[in-house]
Amino acid sequence: MIKGSFIDNLGRVYALYTGGFLAFVILMAILEQFGVGADTIGILFVAFTVVIYAVIGWLSRTMQVEAYYVAGREVPAVYNGMATAADWMSGASFVALAGGIYFGGYGYLGFIVGWTGGYVLVNSLMAPYLRKFGCYTVPDFIGTRYGGNVARFCAIIVLVVASFTYVTAQINASGTIAARALHIPFEVGVWVGLLGILLCSMLGGMRAVTWTQVAQYIVLIIAYLVPVIWMSNKQGFGVIPHFSYGDAVARIQELEPLVGLGAAAVDGAPGGVSILRTPHNDPQGGMDSWKFVTLALCMMAGTASLPHILMRYFTTPSVRAARKSVAFSLLFIFLLYFTAPALATLTKLQLLDPTLPTAIIGQSFEAVRSLAWIQNWENVGMLALVDGNGDGILQLNEFFMRPDIVVLATPEIAGLPYVISGLVAAGGLAAAMSTADGLLLAIANALSHDLYYKIIDPKADTRHRLIVARVLLIGIGALAALIASLQLTGILGAVAWAFCFACSGLFFPLVLGVWWKRANTPGAIAGMVCGFVAGTAYLYYVYPGGMGGTPWLGIDHLRFGIIGMPVSLVAMVIVSLMTPAPDAETQAMVDEVRVPSGKTILGAAH
Amino acid sequence: MPEISQEAKERHWAKTRNLTVLVLVIWFIFAFIVPWFAKDLNAFSFIGFPLGYYFIVQGSLIVFVLLIFFQNWRQDAIDDEAGVGSESDQQ
Repeated sequence: MIKGSFIDNLGRVYALYTGGFLAFVILMAILEQFGVGADTIGILFVAFTVVIYAVIGWLSRTMQVEAYYVAGREVPAVYNGMATAADWMSGASFVALAGGIYFGGYGYLGFIVGWTGGYVLVNSLMAPYLRKFGCYTVPDFIGTRYGGNVARFCAIIVLVVASFTYVTAQINASGTIAARALHIPFEVGVWVGLLGILLCSMLGGMRAVTWTQVAQYIVLIIAYLVPVIWMSNKQGFGVIPHFSYGDAVARIQELEPLVGLGAAAVDGAPGGVSILRTPHNDPQGGMDSWKFVTLALCMMAGTASLPHILMRYFTTPSVRAARKSVAFSLLFIFLLYFTAPALATLTKLQLLDPTLPTAIIGQSFEAVRSLAWIQNWENVGMLALVDGNGDGILQLNEFFMRPDIVVLATPEIAGLPYVISGLVAAGGLAAAMSTADGLLLAIANALSHDLYYKIIDPKADTRHRLIVARVLLIGIGALAALIASLQLTGILGAVAWAFCFACSGLFFPLVLGVWWKRANTPGAIAGMVCGFVAGTAYLYYVYPGGMGGTPWLGIDHLRFGIIGMPVSLVAMVIVSLMTPAPDAETQAMVDEVRVPSGKTILGAAH
Repeated sequence: MPEISQEAKERHWAKTRNLTVLVLVIWFIFAFIVPWFAKDLNAFSFIGFPLGYYFIVQGSLIVFVLLIFFQNWRQDAIDDEAGVGSESDQQ
């Protein structure tokens, strides 16, 4: 069923799967009507979806190099688009994005523009050319284009640092969701999440990850859209809220001065929760604009340099299909990204607007405390009510919440049935797991293919290579879970860092490798090393946990790529020009990469 | 693959490069210029949204999606015209 006929039957297989999933949701809704508890429904949602992913992973097992590294290069563009979208939309996009917009206003929207606009760079500068190259991994491209193990090794280092930073955040997110849905401690939830992630990827490598990611995309997009549209209809915000929530934005702006937005928080709230202080839509120009575009630029360049995204485009049958799949990737990603601001806006309005039944601001503490959703989240320490001025009325600066819970709590706030909350948990888990899968595979493949096979033991046979790849996958996953269980950084901080690491070290060596024939080995090495070191040094300088220095021009730890990228570009150009031009063979190779048809540069089984 | 002349290759690459530059200029406008002036654009209204806000949460995103489909449509035409649009032989 899996080979040949599986590719031909993709539409039928996934239609069946989607139907099955919807039937499962309906079954859960019926069970809820019969009085099955919320906890049981949550557990069933998580267990059912994870078992499906594991089955897909097991069916896709393989011992072929081409299938393990690039899914046999037979993934049709539309499906690769879905897989990339799942690979891309992490726990941060699903769980934290809307919460970030809720709390961060204009400044935070830089993530929305950055994480979509980056695909224009992927499509015009990277994906088609890397696909034509025929590499298995991103360091494979660097190593072959620039030649020599030093360049390859530098690329491996940047890849591992960026991806590892990212993957701990994803395992953290899957642990959080698993812990809440299965009622287990977070430290255990992290390992349960890792087990699910490894079940999807270990036996089948890229092939297994591809087909589970398609399945995960379907779950996550249903889980994101259904609650928003349902909530909108139930609360009377319109059938499809996306095009009509302008009034809600205006209403929030009207209410903000009335509810005392901007007042400092009262004392006595536990850590990790915060009050709303930033206006919903109030850009000031000047520094605000600068911070917006620097954040967006880092996220865009990071998108175009993150290996777990680029390697998805190695799996399509042709260069043209690679380009087409970038377009579908962004279309599928767009569906979630243009929903998140609507979700943030409508949820905020429901809490603020005293004319709505869901409002809590301005109500008595007694009434608010009796709400089930307030109790649920207060019990797990993710929400707090503190009557600072002792008047018995909840003010905006007395309502504390963890930004991450906005998406997870929305169905409860709007009074939707619990089955929707279970669905959202399953969606969040799918998002976190699919990204973690892609990242772990990117790291393990770079180490097994580029470090072990290309540098340490070029004579290793296929069996040996694939066993090494799997051992590394487990090892790296365990290490990431261990670090995640220590909870060193918040989900979002770690994600922004990963983008900045990637764009500091890899963006210009990748782009110039295709677009500038004169770029040579010493230049690329200088670009990777200087950009990465400068970015990292600045991060250490500016991060409160490091030296805690004052940011230059508002460039804080979320956008340190703004320092790393120019350093990388200047170093790469100067060193390239000071050293001899690449040989004729390399220049011919670059010419060949620019022609979309014909055989790949690297042979099928290199 | 069908061998094409060096000259044809260069012409193909020049066209590809021009298209890429055009795409990146449009990208730059909607990724940076429009969000930069969000405050000023908010003075205008579009389907009920303040215009600056609309572009950041929706308008620019729609432009990005359409831009990639547009680029691929033009690039496919450039490739076919130069005789390098074949998709076979790339497994």
